[in-house]
Amino acid sequence: MTTATGSAPAPLLRRILLQGKYEAATMLRNGEQLILAVVLPLLALIGLTVTPLLDGIGGSRVNVAVPGILALCAMSTAFTGQGIATGFDRRYGVLRFLSTTPLGRTGLIAGKILAVLAVLVIQVVIVAAVAFPLGWRPDPLGVLPGLCLLVLGAAAFTALGLLVAGTVRPEATLAITNLLWILLGALGGIVIPMQRLPELAQNTVHLLPSGSLGEGLRDAFLHGAVNGNAVLVLLMWTVLAGAAAIRWFKWN
Amino acid sequence: MRSPKSPVLTIDGLIKDVGPLPTLDGKMLRVVSDVSLVAGRGEVTALLGANGAGKTTTIECAQGLQKRTGGTITLLGADPGTAGAELRARVGVMLQDGGLPPSARPIPLLRHIAGMYRNPRPLDELVQRLGIDSFSRTNVRRLSGGQKQRLALAAALIGNPEVLFLDEPSAGLDPQSRQLVFELISELRDSGMGIILTTHLMDDAQRLADYVYIIDAGRNVAEGTVAQLLQHNMPEAPHKDHVRTLRFEALPGLDFTGVLAAEVEIRETRSGSYAATGALTPEDLAALTAWWAHHGIMPGSLSMEARSLEDVFLDISGREIR
Repeated sequence: MTTATGSAPAPLLRRILLQGKYEAATMLRNGEQLILAVVLPLLALIGLTVTPLLDGIGGSRVNVAVPGILALCAMSTAFTGQGIATGFDRRYGVLRFLSTTPLGRTGLIAGKILAVLAVLVIQVVIVAAVAFPLGWRPDPLGVLPGLCLLVLGAAAFTALGLLVAGTVRPEATLAITNLLWILLGALGGIVIPMQRLPELAQNTVHLLPSGSLGEGLRDAFLHGAVNGNAVLVLLMWTVLAGAAAIRWFKWN
Repeated sequence: MRSPKSPVLTIDGLIKDVGPLPTLDGKMLRVVSDVSLVAGRGEVTALLGANGAGKTTTIECAQGLQKRTGGTITLLGADPGTAGAELRARVGVMLQDGGLPPSARPIPLLRHIAGMYRNPRPLDELVQRLGIDSFSRTNVRRLSGGQKQRLALAAALIGNPEVLFLDEPSAGLDPQSRQLVFELISELRDSGMGIILTTHLMDDAQRLADYVYIIDAGRNVAEGTVAQLLQHNMPEAPHKDHVRTLRFEALPGLDFTGVLAAEVEIRETRSGSYAATGALTPEDLAALTAWWAHHGIMPGSLSMEARSLEDVFLDISGREIR
């Protein structure tokens, strides 16, 4: 075999891009992840546009539904999908092995965030491609703030997903992130707007990452408005969950 | 501690506490209390110890995977606890459990890892050498233990490292894979790589290691070349090079008093099985066979071996199960 002499790392950016590409491809090849990331949100979109559930909110059914579906997509990929994948990678020692390569722990996390964003872009394109023919007309002023808020929401959910994946067994991660996906998706202010929830829930839901992302996206895409409260709440969740993940994440 | 010509890894007085653990009323557990070692370039250095002796913890501190509580570690001139990608690029790691994603296929996985390095080893050469081409289209989760180990070794070598850590490399290997892996390790050593091997298998250490550190209960208990360790605790003998264990089976209850030289110990290990250990000379063998001939005894089996590292290890760390 060739003599071993002086190896060097590839440049940092290249390592992170490679890892992001690799993780995104892994997520897109996984059938269960695809159901969660694409199939279920699309089914929910169609369900909400053919039933009168969202009538009387102040917009066409599809216009009210799409922002919530985008929020659901962010939760699917960043929280449930990434959480489960990371939990099992931790179990199989993949995180430990990769942190001994030049990629390192920081590069690994950066790669995961990149993969979440890449999958999110694909989700937005697919949801938009289905929603436009159904009559989706977002407020043009709200598109850019809406997309920025979606990225912030994905950041908050990534931090939460990594926190769960890094602190409990992968089976528990699987259960927790799937259960919360259903609970928050249905009752957390994501697809069903807050005013349709019981009064008791309304007081708490706007403090949840799900409620703030759902309401914030609806304000942006329906009315072209920036919901300052939603931005603050999502920032708070990102910082708190991120700090907790850094503090308590167990690599093995 | 010895001083090799060109050290790649120096560990001095390593301490590692884990916890607080609920099983210890919330107290910390000291899993490594005092481990020191030096590993050189172009050598295989083995860390030998029973399961739970602190080998993996020691090595994971050296790899930067665990934070040490005390002591110093220098790996290729840097502190692995704080060093960055430059150091990691020069060090290859094969973990005990492989650390390979179950859904991955071998070749894309190796190509992905190779991308993290500026000058990776040629993929084809490594794949062919480790026989990975025969299962290149199978997911990691469907590979046999030996195939996984070979893939994990390839993943550790793809970056062309100067230092290679191997944690229990022969676990799950069939005899053919073991031969292949051992040949490769010897070749890499000869090419100048510094190899650090942790194992609880005496045979691995005996076959591969240039220098062995025996670790027990979180501290060093013995060290030396395999030959030096084999002399450990041996009675003073004129021909130390000739320390052997001779085993044979014959009638139970035979009395060999006075047959062999005084410093050779002969005992009946179980009914009818005898073991003579010590500096056996050709004269001893002649005397023994003459004694058999005189008494009309033909042994059912007969074998001779150098004292094994396992014997030394058991001498040092005790025979009781912990």
